[in-house]
Amino acid sequence: MRVYAKGNLRSREGFFFTLVFPIILILLFGAIFSSGGASQVRVYAQNFDNGPAGAIFLSELNSTSHNCSPSYNSGLCLVMVQNSQNLSQYLSSKSSSDGIIIPSGFSQAYATKQPINVTVYGNPASTSSAIVSGITREFVSSFNSYGVNGTANLGVTPQTAVSSSYKYIDFLVPGLIGFAALTSPMFAITNLSSTYRRDKVFKLLSLTPLTKTEWLLSKIIWYIGTTCVSFILMSAVGEFVFGAHIALNWGIAVFLVLGPFFFVSLGMLVGTVSNSPESAAVVGNLVTFPMMFLSGTFFPVQSMPMYLQAVAHVLPLYYLIDGLVNVMIYGNFASAYFDMGLMLVISVVTFALAVRFFRWRED
Amino acid sequence: MLAIEVDGLKKRYGDLQAVDGISFSVNKGEVFSLLGPNGAGKTTTIEILEGLREKDHGAAKVLGLDPWTSGYELHKMIGVIPQGFKFLDYPTPREAVVYYATLFRAKVDPDELLKRVILDEAANIWFQNLSGGQKQKLGMALSLVNDPQVVFLDEPTTGLDPQARRAVWEVIRKLKAEGRTVMLTTHYLEEAEELADRVAIMDHGRIVALGTVADIESKFGSGQRMTVRAKDDLLRYLKDNTRLEVKGDGRAVTVFLRDKADAMVAMGAIEESGAEWDDLTVRRDRLEDVFLRLVGESGTEEKGSD
Repeated sequence: MRVYAKGNLRSREGFFFTLVFPIILILLFGAIFSSGGASQVRVYAQNFDNGPAGAIFLSELNSTSHNCSPSYNSGLCLVMVQNSQNLSQYLSSKSSSDGIIIPSGFSQAYATKQPINVTVYGNPASTSSAIVSGITREFVSSFNSYGVNGTANLGVTPQTAVSSSYKYIDFLVPGLIGFAALTSPMFAITNLSSTYRRDKVFKLLSLTPLTKTEWLLSKIIWYIGTTCVSFILMSAVGEFVFGAHIALNWGIAVFLVLGPFFFVSLGMLVGTVSNSPESAAVVGNLVTFPMMFLSGTFFPVQSMPMYLQAVAHVLPLYYLIDGLVNVMIYGNFASAYFDMGLMLVISVVTFALAVRFFRWRED
Repeated sequence: MLAIEVDGLKKRYGDLQAVDGISFSVNKGEVFSLLGPNGAGKTTTIEILEGLREKDHGAAKVLGLDPWTSGYELHKMIGVIPQGFKFLDYPTPREAVVYYATLFRAKVDPDELLKRVILDEAANIWFQNLSGGQKQKLGMALSLVNDPQVVFLDEPTTGLDPQARRAVWEVIRKLKAEGRTVMLTTHYLEEAEELADRVAIMDHGRIVALGTVADIESKFGSGQRMTVRAKDDLLRYLKDNTRLEVKGDGRAVTVFLRDKADAMVAMGAIEESGAEWDDLTVRRDRLEDVFLRLVGESGTEEKGSD
């Protein structure tokens, strides 16, 4: 018993998974889910009303975030959109699902107590949309009760952003593809780079005409292959089992290449800085796990508290998944180009660093 | 022509002077063996020659090339089995040879090569399921895919059973017969006696003896010695009654013989002592005796060699 306990705690990997890992999980999930409404949600709004009521209604909504005060961590922050725009298309171009339309004749209907509905765009999968819908419904019902004889005349028409209705699975598929592109190279390469060093396989390879760059490229090509296969399998399961909408386009292919390219290089870099397989695993996990949960793999980043969103924006996986969501769901290539460019730059830099610092012979 | 030239080679790891100014050369076609206890600097020396480590001082040339700066060129002409050779778990020897040959862009018949190292019977077994001897023989096969002129074998038989060791020796003899130069490190003295044309004995980073086994035995050995199994009463009797140089450990008594007359005196004295004895042997100092004298019997268990 004591020998086992000591061995378990002395091996850094055992220590990590026994004690540190659960703490990381509770911190991460606690932070993600305890937020509830504690996060400001950006909502794109159009006001077709020609009276005062619509403007008052919107300004009241905006005041829930203290008029978009950056220090205030809840409520709705309204961004007005010109009435000439098609809001649904506009949301796509912003890769957002949350919008509100005040219909024309809102003030008149309000005054004459005629029934009229506010349109709320949202994505049923996203908690941010739930927040928008919740707050709006609350306001609608309190607007209703102003000097009323009991009947509710205001209502909400829910709308899903983007033309067809999107489900949780549609957002899950890009998240999980990102997840696959992250985990399999990271776990395999960090482990491999340190066990190869321990077993002197690198020494052996250094005695052949194979170069480090060639070796690393061969690993990247392999993981691009496995990521593509897992993309095909996940899309098939998503599509045929859960009825997901998978729109195939060339943008997906770009991310299927850049993802493994980056994460194999990163895994190699992590393996290079640690000298034993155990410490490589620990460093690898410390890099991998926050990314795994904070980059929008399982839960949309928009539903997380502001400070975690800020963290997410420095995680490379965020841009991979954001890019995949942009090309697969919104068809928003303008934003996807940014994600592609960023992924390309950090991949090339990481690859160069990995090749530079990874030595397979000693000094 | 020389295959390997080493002159004043030094290498330090922190406080440890692993290699402390050694010089030697190896002729083409020769089997040269580096002997020494663990931590003597054998592996460091051989890894510098292979281009795996950078030297601090001195000169090292293999086939006329600096191993560190011209490693890429050199590696096409040498074959290496690192100490404790391991490979990936799942390839079979046949696949490993094909893979390795691809890396070298060499045309090799894998079955013929495996036959040469006597591994053809295990050609399709996963590496992780091979025996220790078979793994070493695969290492040999891999080191030969590029038809190397010089082969470096770092403790190729450590941890093998006697049969497997003999099989590896068989392969090394073939390498020599094919005209290749072999650089062999080992701490099995009989291995060097069996295989090496010349040996260098290393201790604490220095070469303490260099030459053929016979040269070293005669230069550093004490000549003939007579050993009988007997208790210390015989030892005391010989010390008190003769001028012979004797040594005993409670189980055996050894008499160092300077000439033939010493042998007659010793026989007579043993008979006169009336002590119980049997198992008399007379032999010359072997490499092992010289080795133990040069590196010290206590100095053989020190820090690991890498």
